[in-house]
Amino acid sequence: MAAERGWFEATQAGGAWVVKIGGRWDVRTVERLEAELRTVGAPAGVAPGGEVRVDLSALEALDTAGAWLLQRTLHNLARTGVTPRLEGLRPAHQALLERVAEAESKPRFLPSLPSPLVALIANFGQTTLEAFVKGRDLVAFFGLTIVVGVRVLLSPRHIRWTPLVSHMEQVGLSAMPIVGLLSFLIGVVVAYQGADQLRQFGAEVFTVNLLGVSILRELGILITAIVVAGRSGSAFTAQIGTMKVNQEVDAMRTLGLEPVEILVLPRLAALVICLPLLTFYADMMSLLGGAIMSLVALDISISQFVKQLQGAIKLTTFMVGMVKAPVFAFLIALVGCFEGLNVEGSAESVGRQTTMSVVEAIFLVIIFDAAFSIMFSYLRI
Amino acid sequence: MNDGAIIQVRGLRNQFGDQIIHDNLDLDVRRGEVLGVVGGSGTGKSVLLRTIVGLNEPRAGTIKVFGEDITAMNDVERLHIQQRWGVLFQDGALFSSLTVAQNVEVPFKEHTKLAHDVVEELAAIKIDLVGLPPDAGGKFPSELSGGMRKRAGLARALALDPEIIFLDEPTAGLDPIGAAAFDQLIRNLQQSLGLTVFMVTHDLDSLAAICDRIAVLIDKHVIVDTMANLMKVNHPWIRDYFHGPRGRAALEKR
Repeated sequence: MAAERGWFEATQAGGAWVVKIGGRWDVRTVERLEAELRTVGAPAGVAPGGEVRVDLSALEALDTAGAWLLQRTLHNLARTGVTPRLEGLRPAHQALLERVAEAESKPRFLPSLPSPLVALIANFGQTTLEAFVKGRDLVAFFGLTIVVGVRVLLSPRHIRWTPLVSHMEQVGLSAMPIVGLLSFLIGVVVAYQGADQLRQFGAEVFTVNLLGVSILRELGILITAIVVAGRSGSAFTAQIGTMKVNQEVDAMRTLGLEPVEILVLPRLAALVICLPLLTFYADMMSLLGGAIMSLVALDISISQFVKQLQGAIKLTTFMVGMVKAPVFAFLIALVGCFEGLNVEGSAESVGRQTTMSVVEAIFLVIIFDAAFSIMFSYLRI
Repeated sequence: MNDGAIIQVRGLRNQFGDQIIHDNLDLDVRRGEVLGVVGGSGTGKSVLLRTIVGLNEPRAGTIKVFGEDITAMNDVERLHIQQRWGVLFQDGALFSSLTVAQNVEVPFKEHTKLAHDVVEELAAIKIDLVGLPPDAGGKFPSELSGGMRKRAGLARALALDPEIIFLDEPTAGLDPIGAAAFDQLIRNLQQSLGLTVFMVTHDLDSLAAICDRIAVLIDKHVIVDTMANLMKVNHPWIRDYFHGPRGRAALEKR
């Protein structure tokens, strides 16, 4: 469409150059005009100090993009040593042209970037330092939680039963379907894989021993802790973080309420109570999965399975797994609440802290699991 | 098309559940004017804005922008017409993962084929137009104050030189000096770029300072007139609004 186009035309009349500019000079035509203008050289035959008339009377529309291009063209003309003289400029266009010229004349800010190697080293150092600082803060938060916890236990009317029960329902009862299903499947997988390997030695029946020891000592608690970290640790961070963004936590402080007592302790207690229960439930579901798999794949009857299991495990085997549960629960809840209270300002921060909370909780759970293993091997349990 | 009306709303009805927000609402916005939209809380000021820009589907009625009915448009047509208006949300709604300059460059990169250096130049001009210092371009939204975020949001809304600009409470949360400066900025831009401004606001000072006409949302309808004429209307809410202590103070300053 002709009306959509912007154009320019340079003519020489009696030794004087006239540049006619017309049509629409706006953000949609600037790209083409800019490309065309690049191909135009300096006007020939104009003496330095001479004049070029720029006729703008045919200009239909001008926006900031067009004004910028026009300004740049005039500037380029001026650099070749000729003076552009504007004619037929409308007041509205003139105001815009002046405003853009003013914006153009300001110095541009160019951010100075360090070299990639320096940036890499600086980044590494900063991340390391931040990790140490976070570790220190987490230990401080642990101390604070213990102090407030002891204080609350000494004056039991401060115990908040309603949130405690509500959190127990959320982290314990509601987690049962997913924990149960996953544990059952883990039992099936371990039994199947174990049977496959042990069959080569004709020792299929020891699948039960493998199942009993691996699930009760490690897998039951680990699977449960990881699911709970993903499910409840993240929820703690998101809940507390959202309250932080809404300034609810600040409001609590101004009303003389202690956020650790109100937000952290009920969640911590709920998880410490529920995770052992969930672990026991997960142990049972895994053994059930293993038993069913043994029956199907190995023809080991349920009563045979139970008998073999009795011989394979001792009470300590079961206790080794269970004793870790409250510790892991404490870690998950502590990290979840800590990251929640670390949320700063924006909703974006809630998402970031939630991710961090899950990663850190799982990391700590596995580190502590390894520590437990070393400790138990020293104690010969 | 009615010669002056750049936005023409006819018989608009908005309803959430049982709650009717607008019923049979008519509104004309004239080309080149600054229209202030006021009303009590819950009268649907922001809903009206969201409906006109297509973020909210009305139950009934037609909305013509540039003479074309946007409620009957398909996505492609709407995309085309959207480039002819800009929207500034309450807190700027900048993309938090991009710097201010990158935020302003987004519309160029999406809707034009301009070379990268040209886009950078134009973005820098827009950033200057809204009165931000040059070094603001390299900063992330989280590093800016509320007033600067609004200015940056305005720069993004102005990127493609729209004909209409929608502002949702542009001065809310700014200090009086910042608010007055923002009012002046809108007025200046409106005059130099020839914009039509549709502004939802609570700020009586803004209304008095820069609005040509004021639309009052009342009883699911809208009453549009100049401030002077609205002062004479004998409706309890309008009277309380303009003749209350704040209304009088704003008018005296004028």
